[in-house]
Amino acid sequence: MSRTGPRLDAKKVNSELFTLTYGALVTQLLKDYENVEDVNKQLERMGYNMGIRLIEDFLARTGSGRCYDFRDTAEKIQSGFKIFLGITPTITNWSPAGDAFSLCFETNPLTEFVELPDHCLNLKYCNILTGVLRGACEMVQMEVASWFVQDQLKNDSVTELRVKYVKRLEDAIPAGED
Amino acid sequence: MVIYGVYIVSKSGGLIFNHDHNVPKVETEKTFTYPLDIHLNYENKKIVVAFGQRDGIKVGHVLTSVNGNPVNGRELEDGRDVLDMLEKPENYPIQLKFSRSKMTTNEKIFLASMFYPLFAIASQLSPEPRCSGIEVLEADTFRLYCYQTLTGVKFMVVAEPTQAGMDILLKRVYELYADYALKNPFYSLEMPIRCELFETHLQSLLETVEKSGISNV
Repeated sequence: MSRTGPRLDAKKVNSELFTLTYGALVTQLLKDYENVEDVNKQLERMGYNMGIRLIEDFLARTGSGRCYDFRDTAEKIQSGFKIFLGITPTITNWSPAGDAFSLCFETNPLTEFVELPDHCLNLKYCNILTGVLRGACEMVQMEVASWFVQDQLKNDSVTELRVKYVKRLEDAIPAGED
Repeated sequence: MVIYGVYIVSKSGGLIFNHDHNVPKVETEKTFTYPLDIHLNYENKKIVVAFGQRDGIKVGHVLTSVNGNPVNGRELEDGRDVLDMLEKPENYPIQLKFSRSKMTTNEKIFLASMFYPLFAIASQLSPEPRCSGIEVLEADTFRLYCYQTLTGVKFMVVAEPTQAGMDILLKRVYELYADYALKNPFYSLEMPIRCELFETHLQSLLETVEKSGISNV
């Protein structure tokens, strides 16, 4: 998301273009790997590499500070979805320990025109998102795990992404913050 | 309003980018007669003025050319030794040019890696927990402003002490970094930034700030 003028102004791009590009990526991966599990893995890896760069963009634009609470993190992840995908997933299903929550998507720009064929039932079409979350959080010294528990493409009513806090990466914390 | 330079230090403490913006060039050329009334020393592969400051030639300035021929180390291009030459009366009158010494890339990398532990020490010396480390380092001729992002990258600006709004400038440089360095698919993280787009945008940002102040960026 680059800028046009000197002012901070997100360059708006038609979400359909984005949806189709992502679709092209996934179909190409399916052709290249022929194995759904490998595609899931590859999507996660690509997402990770995007996440470690995207986090800087998020921090530079929002100027948000460090999270000292996972609820804080949840809200920031939510605002990240707003900035980069233009959607606001709802945060629900907090675990009693407060270390896991779910993001529920009513609409998802990634899957707008998608119907999964029969041989792809194990495909996690949006798996790139789990990688993005992992990469972005890792750069701010937090290890998270995430996975899809419900998927509209598999006839669930919503798409639900579960995010779990694993640990703080203590030795990676920059000087002046430990 | 002068900004002298911008530096970016990676999380591991290596200099990944530096940009000299507006360092005033100091050069003095003068004709000397025998004997030379300036004491010169050869140190760090440069001929440096050690004593005898006059006419804009200051202690610490470096001899850059003799009679218009550039000096390389302690030799001229044709291999003559400059210090030997200056001792012989038959070479006078002689025209010498002095200028302020420029930092080499190696020296910059060295200094950047020295700032890293200073920053860490500052945050540990702090009487309060969660100290940010050095944010401003002040001297009589400049101020160094440092901004460390949550991911550990340090952005530094060296500017005139009177220059205001450098903290905002640092955040703008961070935005440029996020846009033009990180979104460049051919840039790999933690490596030196060689992105022309980043450089040109940074240059124009610095010029705007110098000309019309921080409120216009």
